[in-house]
Amino acid sequence: MPSTITLPDDAPVLKAQSKNLDFYYGAFKALTGVTMPIYENRVTALIGPSGCGKSTYLRCFNRMHDLYPGHRYDGKIELYPDDVDILDHAVDPIEVRMRISMVFQKPNPFPKSIFENVAYGLRVRGEKSVSYLEDKVEAALRAAAIWGEVKDRMSESATNLSGGQQQRLCIARSLATDPEIILFDEPTSALDPIATGSIEELIGEIKNKVTILIVTHNMQQAARVSDYVAYMYLGEMVEYGVTKDIFMKPKRQETEDYITGRFG
Amino acid sequence: MLDKHLSTQFDSELNGVSTRVMEMGGLVESQIRLAIHSLSQFSIESARQVIETDAQVNAMEIDIDRELSSIIARRQPTARDLRLLIAISKTTANLERVGDEAVKIARMVRSIIESDSARALPSSELSIAAELASGLLRKALDAFARLDTAAAVSILKEDDQIDKEFDGFVRKLITYMMEDPRTISASLDLLFVAKAIERVGDHAKNIAEFIIYIVKGADVRHTTMEQVEFVVK
Repeated sequence: MPSTITLPDDAPVLKAQSKNLDFYYGAFKALTGVTMPIYENRVTALIGPSGCGKSTYLRCFNRMHDLYPGHRYDGKIELYPDDVDILDHAVDPIEVRMRISMVFQKPNPFPKSIFENVAYGLRVRGEKSVSYLEDKVEAALRAAAIWGEVKDRMSESATNLSGGQQQRLCIARSLATDPEIILFDEPTSALDPIATGSIEELIGEIKNKVTILIVTHNMQQAARVSDYVAYMYLGEMVEYGVTKDIFMKPKRQETEDYITGRFG
Repeated sequence: MLDKHLSTQFDSELNGVSTRVMEMGGLVESQIRLAIHSLSQFSIESARQVIETDAQVNAMEIDIDRELSSIIARRQPTARDLRLLIAISKTTANLERVGDEAVKIARMVRSIIESDSARALPSSELSIAAELASGLLRKALDAFARLDTAAAVSILKEDDQIDKEFDGFVRKLITYMMEDPRTISASLDLLFVAKAIERVGDHAKNIAEFIIYIVKGADVRHTTMEQVEFVVK
């Protein structure tokens, strides 16, 4: 008999949780009572038709909505293990974004060198040691599976890279600051199938280091990359579950209609 | 439940392949009935027809499988659609096996007739089990067409009855063989026929299980009747 109890590999640990989250764009209520767990080192995908609130929900996680006046949160998003409510006004959004980074639909490298793109977040944090920066940049580029392609051109402008490379560079930029969660907002919708495949492969690899929340319009992508899926509609979470259950036998008829293409 | 996809082409592909399964089921059912007829009437001609039809049944299975692969590759079906396609694939495999059982019966009938020992044997007593089995297959196909889980459950129950008939028949054959060893050869042929009939019931039962899988998403193979009824409830 083993002396210690080991948890099975698939026993998830809670990394974050939204509790009764409402969100308003001015008078318009875009999210209603969304309660959902986000498990550590797992990929959670948000699916649903345009306007269902999935991107709005994602953006709550790094306080992106704070940038616009009139936007209002109600409810909580708790981040673990320190149990902090990241929507609390007392919590600095910059600090939240250090811990929860984001990768956007269109690759958005800064008009700087490849090296500086990845080092940027660390420099903002006040990191000055060149050797430390070099180590971190290399590690991030390796983790984002782009090191081999850029290691000899670190001083070239990042905008010279192809779309798929730019997106992996943006993922490296996110990884460089050791975030706890990375938010992906349709990260492959501007990419061709090969580049999409490499990003999906990458998501599968980096989830060992970081928790991932991804919004995607491509249901097959959600089926391929995620461990958990939430189907959202009209600002509410209709169904949340283990990916293979959702795609084989969802509990709710609405979910089934959407994923089988009967939605209209 | 919205029965239509946004893509009407997808709908027509699913309907098309479902229709093909029903056609194949109809053909196999007539094949098994003809095999039973050849047994009860000792008709060489019926037996020959059963054997000839087999090539057609095999071709249909291949055809339907090709169509299924094509739909899966192009549509990437999920949930109920995916379950339907998987169930269709398994159903056609079962139907093809029923066709094979019909051919086995036909061959045995031919062998019994040729050995000229037919009249001495209780072949007519097989007709109850044979009727049950072919009736069960028809019910399974009807239930498949209507995706009727209640009917599927009753098919699972009826299959047990066929199994009991089979056991009773085997005991009877043993009596014949002990009384008159000259009937052993023909009795063995008849035993294979009885076994083939029993297998037809099993295939009907398998199809009934796939119906429950399509509708309820639960795999009820190798479970108890209580579990099946719990799932369907």
